[in-house]
Amino acid sequence: MTTENHDDGAQMPHHVVACIDGSEAALAVCDYSAWASQRMAAPLMLLHVLDEEKYPARTDMTGNIGLGSREQLQEELVSLDQERSKLALKHGHVLLDEAEKRVLASGVEKAAKRQRHDELASSLVELESESQLFVMGLHGESSAAAGRHVGSQLETVIRSVHRPVLMVPDDYVEPRSAMLAFDGSATAFRSVELLSATPVFQGMPLHLVLIGADNPEHQEQLKRAERLLSTQGSEIHTAIRDGDVEQTLHAYQQENDIDILIMGAYGHSRIRRFLVGSTTTKMLETARKPLVILR
Amino acid sequence: MLSSIRNTWFSNVRGDLLAGIVVALALIPEAIAFSIIAGVDPKVGLYASFCIAVVIAFVGGRPGMISAATGAMALLMVTLVREHGLEYLLAATLLTGVLQIVAGYLKLGSLMRFVSRSVVTGFVNALAILIFMAQLPELTNVTWHVYAMTAAGLGIIYLFPLIPVVGRILPSPLICIAVLTGVAMFYNIDIRTVGDMGQLPDTLPIFLWPDVPLNLETLMIILPYSVGLTVVGLLESMMTATIVDDLTDTTSDRNRECRGQGIANIGSGLLGGMAGCAMIGQSIINIKSGGRTRLSTLSAGIFLLVMVLVLDQWLVQIPMAALVAVMIMVSIGTFSWGSIKNLKEHPLSTNIVMVVTVVVVVATHNLAFGVLAGVLLAALFFANKIGQFMLVTSEYEDATDTRTYTVVGQVFFSSSEKFIEAFDFKEATDNVVIDLSRAHFWDITAVAALDKAVVKFRREGADVEVIGLNEASATIVDRFGVHDKPDAVERLMAH
Repeated sequence: MTTENHDDGAQMPHHVVACIDGSEAALAVCDYSAWASQRMAAPLMLLHVLDEEKYPARTDMTGNIGLGSREQLQEELVSLDQERSKLALKHGHVLLDEAEKRVLASGVEKAAKRQRHDELASSLVELESESQLFVMGLHGESSAAAGRHVGSQLETVIRSVHRPVLMVPDDYVEPRSAMLAFDGSATAFRSVELLSATPVFQGMPLHLVLIGADNPEHQEQLKRAERLLSTQGSEIHTAIRDGDVEQTLHAYQQENDIDILIMGAYGHSRIRRFLVGSTTTKMLETARKPLVILR
Repeated sequence: MLSSIRNTWFSNVRGDLLAGIVVALALIPEAIAFSIIAGVDPKVGLYASFCIAVVIAFVGGRPGMISAATGAMALLMVTLVREHGLEYLLAATLLTGVLQIVAGYLKLGSLMRFVSRSVVTGFVNALAILIFMAQLPELTNVTWHVYAMTAAGLGIIYLFPLIPVVGRILPSPLICIAVLTGVAMFYNIDIRTVGDMGQLPDTLPIFLWPDVPLNLETLMIILPYSVGLTVVGLLESMMTATIVDDLTDTTSDRNRECRGQGIANIGSGLLGGMAGCAMIGQSIINIKSGGRTRLSTLSAGIFLLVMVLVLDQWLVQIPMAALVAVMIMVSIGTFSWGSIKNLKEHPLSTNIVMVVTVVVVVATHNLAFGVLAGVLLAALFFANKIGQFMLVTSEYEDATDTRTYTVVGQVFFSSSEKFIEAFDFKEATDNVVIDLSRAHFWDITAVAALDKAVVKFRREGADVEVIGLNEASATIVDRFGVHDKPDAVERLMAH
């Protein structure tokens, strides 16, 4: 959520990108991204990715090839793809138009609409240079049908993009407070710096929660983080809790009725750096409220 | 990682397995037919096809493409086998694999960009003609039974799919082979069968190191063949990859494919098989049958071996006429018939490139020579065309007795002569100005031509001034640093 300029995208506006699909969460994605773009005074982009789940190939068992077979086959395959893509494109336009209506109604002045043929994660990587926040639903189109709790693409996206990702539940509630899961590591301090630079959470109570033993070292780290954040002008609470990371964070969140949870994506061990930290994965699975993952 | 494995292996299981069966049926005739051409037992080709298909499924760069023992490669081995025997062929196959892996690491796959569309078309057509011509020995000096059976076979292949329901679920080449085998056995017709052509596989392939002396002499024997096999194998594989790319609207990793071909050939050589490469006809059949992922290639290889081992008593009974019919089908399907129609519409130079490629291949039986001829010719035509983009205009100014020549366009080896001819050295003037600020000098020949012109003018007593040489010659350097400066191309071409 920084507004720092990146060398290659200096002139491009840094969008809040809302990833729209046909799932129920799409409405909430619209609302949250509208909220974020207004708080950040950043332009909003509605993105629909025609994720080309490879269409099932048609089986023709005749096994022969004859005069102009290649040309004919090519033509056949092209027109088949064209038909399917045209439909998907149309569907995408409808989704985007709906989304646009919704964000305009919630006070956003203008929203760019984009469609891309690609996988979601690579589309977002492509857009990185012109965006500062990605918003997507915790439950995607296919996960709702498959009865899974976390959208199928979430982890891939978090692993590949280098911008903060805001993951939202199916229903919108205007955020009034936020908490940062803090572990005193260098990456955690980077998260703190990012937070202090963004206007999104300005003016709302901010909780800094450290999971670990209550010792002087941790207290010192919390103090340092608090000082960094104090420029924001928000009311800051700090707490040190011991116990299982995921459960403790959720418990704290519930106790203090906090709307947005912010955390880094990395686990601690070296191997896990390649993957999303296991705590993060667990948090994704059990999240009931919006979650910001910082990269 | 996991999702890419899912994508390239298991995203289309049903289609891939069915296609694997159909493709295996089309692989068997080619493996047998070209083993015979190369002068080795059918089992050499069949082991090769099995091994190459299975290995390339894992290490290739183009999912859904079929590689196995091919005609293009077999034609290059004929003399080696005749003069030195099978063991040297296996050694040459290993060396081919090594060379292809090296080519992959040197990223030679990207050299394919120099192979123009018409050369590719010529290559494909030449290949189809070679496959067809390879069938002719089976069709000469034979009784009328063979002709009748071949014709009947082709009839079954192309007409059987028209039968409702059944025609769509049973591969017609299979029906062709089954029916003709049945007829030949029932009437006990005395014609050549697969069993007459040599040994068929009776066991799973076993690992064996080629029985050749490991010395320089061996290397010198096999090296020329291996180089030819390397080039042809990679060319056909790259071109097939392009065709599969177009059909499936996906991309392939060419350098990985080069390395994969190499690994597959090494595997083939160690299991007693000959060198192979990607196959255009069979790859088209695979896509048509619904094969898309690596699984289709793998299953084609495995089905091939299973069929050969399980059905071996039946396999020896297959009349050669049935295989000839299937190979004629592959040849017809490989040929680009659209290119005949296009002859009328395409420019003459394009047509010449295509036809020369075909003629050279058919004459030499070596696809590499054809492609080399085609690429050279295409480059020459291109140089000639670009060379025409040059114009020299001149103006005479009375007051200073100055003749100003303005050069516009591309000056390089092909246009340098025209460049010199544009100057009027006989005209006697005090001053000559050559304005190059809108010209591009592409090579040293252009600079030499300019030198020559300047010297000539000086000999006629004129004072020569050259304007804009620095800008014009900026294009001579071998690498333009345009990739990091988007406006560099604009600047280069605009002055």
